Amino acid sequence: MAQGIWIVAEQREGELKKISFELVSEARRLADKMGQPVTAILLGSNIKEKAAELGKYGADKVLVADDNRLATYTTDAYTSVISQLAKAQEPAIILLGASAPGKDLSGRLAARLGVGVAQDCVAFSIEGANLVAKRPIYAGKAYATVTYADSVPQIATARPNVFEVSEPDESRSPEVVDAEFSLDDSQLKTKVVEVIQEAGAKVDLTEAERIVSGGRGMKGPEEFAILEALADLIAATVGASRSAVDAGWRPHSDQVGQTGKVVSPNLYIACGISGAIQHLAGMSTAKVIVAINKDPDAPIFTKADYGVVGDLFEVVPALTEELKKIL
Amino acid sequence: MNILVCLKQVPDTESLIKIAPDGKAIVTDNIKWVMNPYDEYAVEEALRIKEKHGGEVTIIGVGPKRVTEAIRTALAMGADKGILVDDPALPGTDSLGTAKVLAAVIKDLEYDMVLCGKQGVDDDYAVVGSSLAELLGIPQVSVVVKLEVSEDGSMVKAHKEVEGGTFVIEAALPVLITAQKGLNEPRYASLPGIMKAKKKPLDVKTIADLGMDAGEVGESGAKIKIIQITPPEERAAGKIVEGETSEEQAAELARLLHEEAKAI
Repeated sequence: MAQGIWIVAEQREGELKKISFELVSEARRLADKMGQPVTAILLGSNIKEKAAELGKYGADKVLVADDNRLATYTTDAYTSVISQLAKAQEPAIILLGASAPGKDLSGRLAARLGVGVAQDCVAFSIEGANLVAKRPIYAGKAYATVTYADSVPQIATARPNVFEVSEPDESRSPEVVDAEFSLDDSQLKTKVVEVIQEAGAKVDLTEAERIVSGGRGMKGPEEFAILEALADLIAATVGASRSAVDAGWRPHSDQVGQTGKVVSPNLYIACGISGAIQHLAGMSTAKVIVAINKDPDAPIFTKADYGVVGDLFEVVPALTEELKKIL
Repeated sequence: MNILVCLKQVPDTESLIKIAPDGKAIVTDNIKWVMNPYDEYAVEEALRIKEKHGGEVTIIGVGPKRVTEAIRTALAMGADKGILVDDPALPGTDSLGTAKVLAAVIKDLEYDMVLCGKQGVDDDYAVVGSSLAELLGIPQVSVVVKLEVSEDGSMVKAHKEVEGGTFVIEAALPVLITAQKGLNEPRYASLPGIMKAKKKPLDVKTIADLGMDAGEVGESGAKIKIIQITPPEERAAGKIVEGETSEEQAAELARLLHEEAKAI
């Protein structure tokens, strides 16, 4: 019978991503309820030394697939290796990150194994032998609680920044095992020929702890400089509403909302954003929301923990100055 | 070059979402149905490739009769023909089931590329594209913001958005691409386009026509079952930050964020 929870750890250029620790921590909590082990799957090149770190967060075992063709994520190589391991060892549950690679992989892996996948989940529980997953739909205008039928393993992806990372236990050390797999070059049909890092190497919106976002009220692209200054001070990433993106003031990769990124930072500061429903859907799971807007009737204030009715061109620079005193 | 575009019809993003009394679906009365925004980028990209390399663009939709409107919109933009799979057994079909239906349609077609939106803005699964690529046995590049097809039409170079950057990925055709916002600026259908679209072929197929069994789709075939749909948790009412001047407001906000919310 299928047993155990697997998590697929995520690394970029040999460094484990935070989502890996979120996944291990959550898997540990679920596995303790089921009385089952947690296995982390770690794919990469010369990656074995990172295995111990996963153990501290709760992995009993780390299965390491080390191959230079696994250094950078590709759909074909990762699907091939993970599906081989899953078929051989039959885990009950596989959790991945709902990150760019995780979301690319989950549907392919699920189809190869002929099972279901619950994408971009924000809460998990166990009922009997089944994983129960809660996931936003309509970008968070509603939530669907789903489970699986005739699906072994049960695959789910976890939204980054949502699941709490446990305190690492330095005394734990996992069993580290070299995974047995084969990779045939003829199966690898896509090739990553270049990796372009975004200028400034800012934290991506979906992973950001803090976001400072601007909307139509910013009046133009140059004015975003005051948001950049605040963001630099508090280590935040700058986002934008759809109207600011559609006006060409910011790149589409900055857009927060239903046709942009759905974000869950600790702090979200909305500046000159009225709060169209499709924007609110994308940011309402932020832990603390601040709205700065001239219009006291702007819908954004219904979601805000702290609302400032005022001129953002005065309030934002003043806030930056005040925070300099604190930090 | 023959290109297939898979599209979905979804509630407009400005829609308020209300949950049905059974708690398992949303209320669809008064919903304005539109082509899934990400699928518009897929249709536009297909048309641009066709304009450069020739060939035919075929639109494939799965769902009730109203999905015809979204397919006709794509035809009015310039696509050549449409296929709708409409069957009473379909409601409740999950992502893998939908991918199986699309794969069954596609197995009888000749194609060089399949384009999909990166996800439906209704269920937000982002699974059908990659599952379909797997069932077809072709490579995929998802969440693409830039796509170049080689002069001889044998290869693509696709820019895939990842956290904090871009992967540039090469693949030989046939390939499946999922479209992200930024890939292009979709055209509007012209009036002559709308007139022409009315005469373009639109085939309607049932599950049986595809050689599938009704048990493979709908709730009976679904690997993912909806237990319940719930509204988002209400946020507690916030407070308006007091202050006579912008400076006072800013000082009070800084204090609240630091001392009360402990967010800074």
